[in-house]
Amino acid sequence: MSELTLLLVRIAYLAVLWIFVLSAISVIRSDMFGARVPETARGQAAGRTKEKKAKPPPKRRGAPTHVLVTEGSNAGERADLASAPVLIGRGNDAAIRLDDDYVSTRHARIAASGDQWFVEDLGSTNGTYIGTVRITQPTTITLGTQVRIGKTIVELRK
Amino acid sequence: MSVSFGPSNPLLGFVHRRRRGAELFLLVLALAVGVGAYAAVGVGVEDTVPADLFGYGGWLAGLIVAAHLVVRFVAPYADPVLLPVVAALNGLGLAVIHRLDLADDTHFASRQLIWMTVGVGLFIGTLLLLRDHRVLTRFTYTSGLAAIVLLLMPMMPIVGTSKRGAKIWIEVGGLSFQPGEVAKVMLVIAFAGYLVLHRDALALAGRRVLFVDLPRGRDLGPILGMWLVSLGILVFQRDLGSSLLFFGLFLVMLYVATERAGWLVVGSTLFVLGATAGYFAFGHVRERFEIWLHPFTYYKTGDASLPSSDQLVDARFGFGWGGLIGRGFGGGDPQLVPFAESDFILSSIGEELGLTGMVAVLLMYGLIVERALRAALISREGFGKLLAAGLGAVIALQVFVVAGGVTGLIPLTGLTTPFLSYGGSSLVANWVIAALLLRVSDLARRPIPDLSSDDEDADESATQVIKVAR
Repeated sequence: MSELTLLLVRIAYLAVLWIFVLSAISVIRSDMFGARVPETARGQAAGRTKEKKAKPPPKRRGAPTHVLVTEGSNAGERADLASAPVLIGRGNDAAIRLDDDYVSTRHARIAASGDQWFVEDLGSTNGTYIGTVRITQPTTITLGTQVRIGKTIVELRK
Repeated sequence: MSVSFGPSNPLLGFVHRRRRGAELFLLVLALAVGVGAYAAVGVGVEDTVPADLFGYGGWLAGLIVAAHLVVRFVAPYADPVLLPVVAALNGLGLAVIHRLDLADDTHFASRQLIWMTVGVGLFIGTLLLLRDHRVLTRFTYTSGLAAIVLLLMPMMPIVGTSKRGAKIWIEVGGLSFQPGEVAKVMLVIAFAGYLVLHRDALALAGRRVLFVDLPRGRDLGPILGMWLVSLGILVFQRDLGSSLLFFGLFLVMLYVATERAGWLVVGSTLFVLGATAGYFAFGHVRERFEIWLHPFTYYKTGDASLPSSDQLVDARFGFGWGGLIGRGFGGGDPQLVPFAESDFILSSIGEELGLTGMVAVLLMYGLIVERALRAALISREGFGKLLAAGLGAVIALQVFVVAGGVTGLIPLTGLTTPFLSYGGSSLVANWVIAALLLRVSDLARRPIPDLSSDDEDADESATQVIKVAR
């Protein structure tokens, strides 16, 4: 191969390398600001989830079907996830009513988003814990994740 | 303290896009980087485009497409830049190793390609099995113990072997493996799991000694023990690079967890003390310092009793010969540097791709670290933050130690260059690191579930109950 060809190959390869690096940086740049969801689009999204609720998505095999109280004074009590979101607390409107002095009236809520289940603390006094960590925002839970509410432990079951 | 995530929350207006299309576009470019380098090596060294270019390119493309599809399905919100950068570095590394193979008549590249396949397999496996990285918090102590056992393995009688003065290898059935590479991932998981539980106690409880808040022994004890044991093993094995890596990793994670700059002061002091002690206690540390300070005094002395700086000086000649745009693949003699395919692969790149190529490679590492820290910043829970920051720190420290050593900024300590160097254990471990980072970034970038509509429903039903009661 002639010297010129080799020089061209050399420069072309360095160009490819830098095109890659610069494209990666430009992807990062466009990623930095994310996508601002317009109000209307979010409204549609909310509408879509409402439709979904009216017609529940086909159950996947192995998907949880109910919430079970596994420990505490109300052990054994359960609530069907078909009527999600499931409200947990001492109040009368809770789907799982707990007679536990450490539980707030409206303590926590278990709700679905897509095929994932979330537990959200509703501003309880003593907090909702997953393992030893107090949750501060909706947190994903799966089958068998132990959610501690007051002196009670609930989990998702099949 | 419950935060409402309703439409009034300004944070909810900001969501990350999935960016899988951007990832695919970058992956095509990354493939061009890998296959282009392979073709350029063929043209430069053998004067012809390699005959197996399509087979090789097809293999790489298959691996990349498989990884991309898995990410698309199981981690749709994952960072779009990480996988392409990792793939490009790995492809470039393969081509450079192939180029050295052609010069030395060795067969490292084909083995490295097999290791890359294993690595991508583990990457896919990690993403498929680990749907939520928080599961790893259950294995805090298990992985700490596993890391220590892995580090001890090279010292066991049957499996352990010693190569080039460092006892960091195990050999089982002809396959050699460096367990320390896996141990570093385990140690990050163990540190992150421990610190996420105890960081408040570490940061707040304790006494103030000389401007530094020292935590209580019972809070710091377990992690300090874990770290001292692993560091002790490494010092005993004469693996300076890994000791440096683990030391830095521990400091970075402690600093990230507690937000106390005092740790950096304490750590730097300890480092200076340790390095001084090492200098006076170990002959091989003194030799490293000596050839770092006076490389040309020890160049090709021919005296076996003196330490040799041939590798370092040859690498520096390579950088000089490469200049700004390099000699082009096949235009230089990078094979003259001993271990050019593993520890000194950066000198081959510097010689044949020049400063322009070197800077591009270093920028790619910078991008990996930046994306790791970004994932840590936007992650919504502590464990993910610590895990991503720790893994990013592993890559950053490793690149710094290697690039600094090869270019003569710091004394040379043997470590592999992530994704570029020949070495199966390192490559496989780094692909797992990439998978973990993608998993953390996927969960971090996933939009917060919009439960606000549910809230309204709950309120409505609550008011209805009261009406019925009346």
